[in-house]
Order: sequence, then C-alpha cells, then structure tokens
Amino acid sequence: MKRRMASARAWLEDRTGLPGAIEQFLDEKIPASSGWHQVFGSLALFLFLTQAFTGILLAFNYAPTPGEAYNSLRYILTEVTGGRLIRGLHHWGASMMITVVVLHMIQVFVFGAYKKPRETTWLLGVALLLLTLTYGLTGYLLPWDNRAYWGTVVTTKIAGSAPVVGQYMTRLLGAAKGVGVVTFARFYSVHVLLLPPVTMLLILAHVYLVRRHGVTPQPGDEALPKKPFYPVQVFKDTVAIFIAFAILFTLAVAAKVPLEQLADPTDTTYIPRPEWYFLFLFQTLKLFEGPLEVVGSTVLPGLAVLALAAVPFIDRGTMVKVTRRTVAISFVVLAGIGWSGLTAAAVMTTPREAVAQVDYSAPTDWIQLSPEEMAGIAYFREESCASCHYTGSSLGPDLTRTAIHKDAAWMIRHFRQPAAVRPGSTMPPVRLDDAQLNSLAAFLLKLTPENASALANAPDFAVRGALVYQQGHCAACHMVNGVGMKVGPALNGLSRRQTRSWVDEHFDNPQKLSPGSIMPPYRFSEADKRNLTAYLFALPE
Amino acid sequence: MEELESATPGAAAASSRRGFFQIGILGLGAAISAALGLPALAYLLMPPKTRAQASWIDLGDVDRFAAGSPVEVAFRRTRTDAWKVISEKDTAWVVKRADGGITAFGPQCTHLGCAYHWDDGRHEFVCPCHSSLFRIDGTVISGPAPRPLDRYQTKLENGKLMLGRLETPNARQA
Repeated sequence: MKRRMASARAWLEDRTGLPGAIEQFLDEKIPASSGWHQVFGSLALFLFLTQAFTGILLAFNYAPTPGEAYNSLRYILTEVTGGRLIRGLHHWGASMMITVVVLHMIQVFVFGAYKKPRETTWLLGVALLLLTLTYGLTGYLLPWDNRAYWGTVVTTKIAGSAPVVGQYMTRLLGAAKGVGVVTFARFYSVHVLLLPPVTMLLILAHVYLVRRHGVTPQPGDEALPKKPFYPVQVFKDTVAIFIAFAILFTLAVAAKVPLEQLADPTDTTYIPRPEWYFLFLFQTLKLFEGPLEVVGSTVLPGLAVLALAAVPFIDRGTMVKVTRRTVAISFVVLAGIGWSGLTAAAVMTTPREAVAQVDYSAPTDWIQLSPEEMAGIAYFREESCASCHYTGSSLGPDLTRTAIHKDAAWMIRHFRQPAAVRPGSTMPPVRLDDAQLNSLAAFLLKLTPENASALANAPDFAVRGALVYQQGHCAACHMVNGVGMKVGPALNGLSRRQTRSWVDEHFDNPQKLSPGSIMPPYRFSEADKRNLTAYLFALPE
Repeated sequence: MEELESATPGAAAASSRRGFFQIGILGLGAAISAALGLPALAYLLMPPKTRAQASWIDLGDVDRFAAGSPVEVAFRRTRTDAWKVISEKDTAWVVKRADGGITAFGPQCTHLGCAYHWDDGRHEFVCPCHSSLFRIDGTVISGPAPRPLDRYQTKLENGKLMLGRLETPNARQA
C-alpha cells in the first residue's frame, strides 16, 4: 500500500509537480515569533471561500430581478431543504468576514508589518478591505425587501452627493431615476460577476507578496532559528478557522435573519438603517448638516481611506517590538472608541419598531385564513389546547388530523361536554360562547399536518387583531380573504389604499374621513386598534 | 526502527507531536467540510417542501349539464412552479352520464395531444389530427389513440361540480 502511494505520488510529481509545490508551500520558513496572532489572514481566506460556496448555492435557487428575487428568496427560506441554513451562513458569513478582515488589518498595523518592503502588501490589503465592504453594500440589496430597498436608496443618494463626480456615480449605480431594475442589475452583477474574480486576483497577489517578503519578523527573531509553516502554524490557523466556523454555524442555526415585506417604494413610513458595520458612517453623517453634509457623507470617508492607504508611507520608522508601539496601539484604541461610540449612538437612537412586522422568512399560511379562523387560533392559545394536543402526545389526539373525519357540529358538542360525545374523555369542557366555539371549530377544520407549523407561526398581533375584528362583527359589512359581506369595501389591499394613521383615525370617526359612510365609530383600546390595523395591513392583496 | 526511536526519546516526542498536529488539522478540516457539505447536498438533492394548496375548482351548478351531451368547460387554475404561482387557462369536457354521475375528460387526445371535439351528429369525440374516435365514456372506437381519454378527479359539493387533478395513467399507477 505504502509503495503504491509512493509510486502514485512520484507519477503526479513527474507529470504536474504538484506534490512538490505543496510541500514547498507548507515548508515555508516563518520567524520563531509567529503564532496565534497571525491566524487572521488564513481565516479571512477561509471565510471568502465559504461565502463563495454558500453564494453559489443560493444562486442555484435565486432569480436576480426585483420581485422575483424576493419570491425566490422566500422559496429558499420556506421550502428548500436547508435553505434557511445556507442563507444564514451567507448572511452571518458576510458580517464575520468584515470583522476578520478588520482584525487582520489591526494586527498588521499594531505589529508594524506594513513597513518597508511590505508597503504594496498593505495597499493590496486596503483594496481587499474595500472590496469586502462593497460585497456587503451590493449584497444588501439582493433580498429586495423593504430594508434592502430603502437602505440602497440612502446609499445611492450618498454616492450622488459626492462633489463633482456625484451625478456620474448615480448613473454608474443605475439609480438616475431612483433605485429600480437597473440598480438591481448593476448591484447583482457587481456582487457575483465583478467582485469575485477581482478578489481572487488580489488575494493571489497579496499571498504572493507575503511569500516574497516572508512573514514579518519581530525584533529579536534574527537570533532564533526559523520554523516551518507546517504543521504547527497550519494547526493554529485550522483551530482558529474551526472556532470561527463554529460561531458562524451557531449564528446561522440560532439567529434568525428576518425577511421583511417586499420592497415598497411608496412606503413613506419606512426608516432605513444600514447593516451594523456601516452604522458608524450613518451616525457620522448626522453630525454634519446642511451644506456640510457632503463632508460627513463622502469627504471624511474618502480621506479616511486615503489615510489608511498612506500608513506605510507616513510611518517610515524602523521595526520595533510590538510592546513598544504605543503610538500605533493608541491609534487603534482611539479608532476603536470612536467606532464603538458612533455605533452605540446609532443603535440607541434607533426608533423602536412602532408597528408589528410580519417575518416573511417563515411560512405565512395564516394570512390566507378568514378572520373567524384566525380568532379560533386566539381561543386555541387562550384555552391552552396545545398543552395536551400536540403531535405525539398521549394526553390528547393530534388535532391536525381531526378535520378529515369530524365536522364542526361534532366538535362544538365535544367542546361543550367532552365526555358526553367521547365517553372516557378527560378533557375539561371549553367555556366559550357559541360564536367563540364556532371560531375554534372553524380553525380546527383548516388544520392539516402540512400547514400546522405554518399556522402556529401566526404572530400574536395578527391573532389578536383578528379577534378584535371578529368581536366587532366587522364581517357583517366587510370582506377579508373572500369571507364576509360587501356592504363596505373589501379590506384586502387596504395597505395599498390608505396609511395606518388614516385607518386608526377612521375607527374613531368614520364620517370625518369618508363622508357619507354608514360605518359606526369604534372605540377600541390603543392596543386593540394597533393589532387590528397591523393585521389588516398584513393581509394579502 | 523501533530501537532507534526508543534510543532517541526526543525524536519520538517530536514525531508524536507532529502526528497530533496532523490529525488535528485533518479532523477539524473534515468536521468543517461535513458541516458545509452535508447541508449543501440536502439543499441540492432533497425535494423542496410543497405548500398544501386547494386544488379543487368550482365549475358551478351540476344541473346545467344535460345527460348525453358533452360540454366543453373553460376554467382557470393556478399551478405552482417553485416560487412562481402561474394562473393558466384549462378546459375539460364534462359528460353527465345517464345515471346522473359526472365524468370530466382532459381536453387532449391521448395520441399526440391534439384538442379533440364532440361531434353531435356522430355522437362521438373526434380528434382532427389523426382521426382518433372516442365513445362518450372516453373509450377508443378507432384511430391511433393508445388509451381512453384521461379523466379529472370530480366530486359534488352542495350541488356544485368540483374538479380536481387530471389523472394521467402514470399518476394512476403512482
């Protein structure tokens, strides 16, 4: 066996030279001081490859045009096996990659590894940082939900406000007439066609230069023998990669990445916020007002990038031990404080979500239910039915299969006197009135094994809103999802016709806003009104 | 070889240290590859969950059909293609049998998929392409058609005719 491996290796070496090249690569001699602080470069490369991998997988199920993009992403999240995980990895991988690239830069900066002859390595690193940020900026638009759309509106406006080049930037971004199909096509092409090959080329050049000049030695390394890159440093890199990957995987599984409603360019109430790593820029912008705004939006960030690129040409001192680099360390600490302060200020001034949002990254089968059936979910929850009736329970039967062989009349008799209909039943009677029992039965009739989890997702505000709708007998005049009367207007599509504040005010005094309306005023509590309006706005059109 | 290693304990320790690093690199690498590769395989190879959808279409009062005279009924049905819901026109030939039962045939000849029609005079379904002829119960009289006309699932609900899936012989076997 060993002999066969050796001869296979010899054959490959003779025909390609690959085994020798790998050996040479792994045997690269690095300074004795190398160690854990140098893992960030490999880590950034690993994260780039992971992003490429998950990105390609997403593209297999993604339609890159507005509208279709949103629907296909919903398909990935709610129907494709493992789709949620892959999207989670790609989303959190982006944040992690930016973090790691910045940590890599901080390490190089603090250790003075940009000094002669490594200035070009540093410049390529600055370029790679900008590329990483551009991935984040362009990828942000691709879900085409409200967050993506409005975030990009702000981005393109900022680019357009740049002195002299502003209008050309706007045209380049395809946003001359606002964010639209052209903007989307440009952002998508940049994200998947332009950036990946450029990044790969720059990474190759960056690694080539690292090899050409060798890993930066620290003062004192001259006296010590060099050590090989493999296996000790490779092991340290691998451990770091494993830890980072474990964090990434946990985030992808546990931290939900929401999908908001489809981008709505007419939604005037939406307050866009950038991704967390751009919040400091967002906050900086607020410090400058009026004609000075351009300073915060383009001049300062531009100067900051120039300063970063100029670092090796400004600091031309000789290499000193990292513990003596007080100026560099102070720089990093000050920048860190500035960044954290701005980010914290931005986070703290984020307005609390005033209106309940529907999470479209989960199935939303509940929006197809009638208000009566939705109110049934409210009673189902209030009566804690699920504490005995859940799949696999021995206390009560699985209710997802009752609709097949029981009708509403049977269910209502059973709710009132469980043991009378089913002798031996230990279920306590459900103390609700006729209308409420009807609702509960209506909901249970809609329950199937396929949609049970999707209906369990119904957000509380919608269930409560439907309850208010049902108790207010709104269906006596209005229609929702095809159920109800046509005396008043059908309420599907209300969000397209009116604003929330209009609807809220309309409940208090219908005739003021719709003269001639026969709708009586409704004095709902604030919470009821909020839930009802949010529910009506979540309805499909 | 063994003697040599025991003679130089330092070399043996270095070699086992090297082995530890190598196994560590391979093990962690394999764990990461599996955690990325297995979900990727599931993502690409497992069937997507399909959302349950109402598949019965209301064709209206069953009383409007007269026994013995087939009627072509057009309707719209929605079909889901991954993230797209497509609404398309479809038709069915509805036949009320003498016993009052209803049969609904798919609109395509079972030979090569041409649209056939009902010939009132001959009391037969006639395919214009290759002259296949079918009886009112869908069975083949003559021509190249290999099998009787395909049927939709049907059911009656409160006097209304409800149309379900078109059952082709393949679906029937499955």
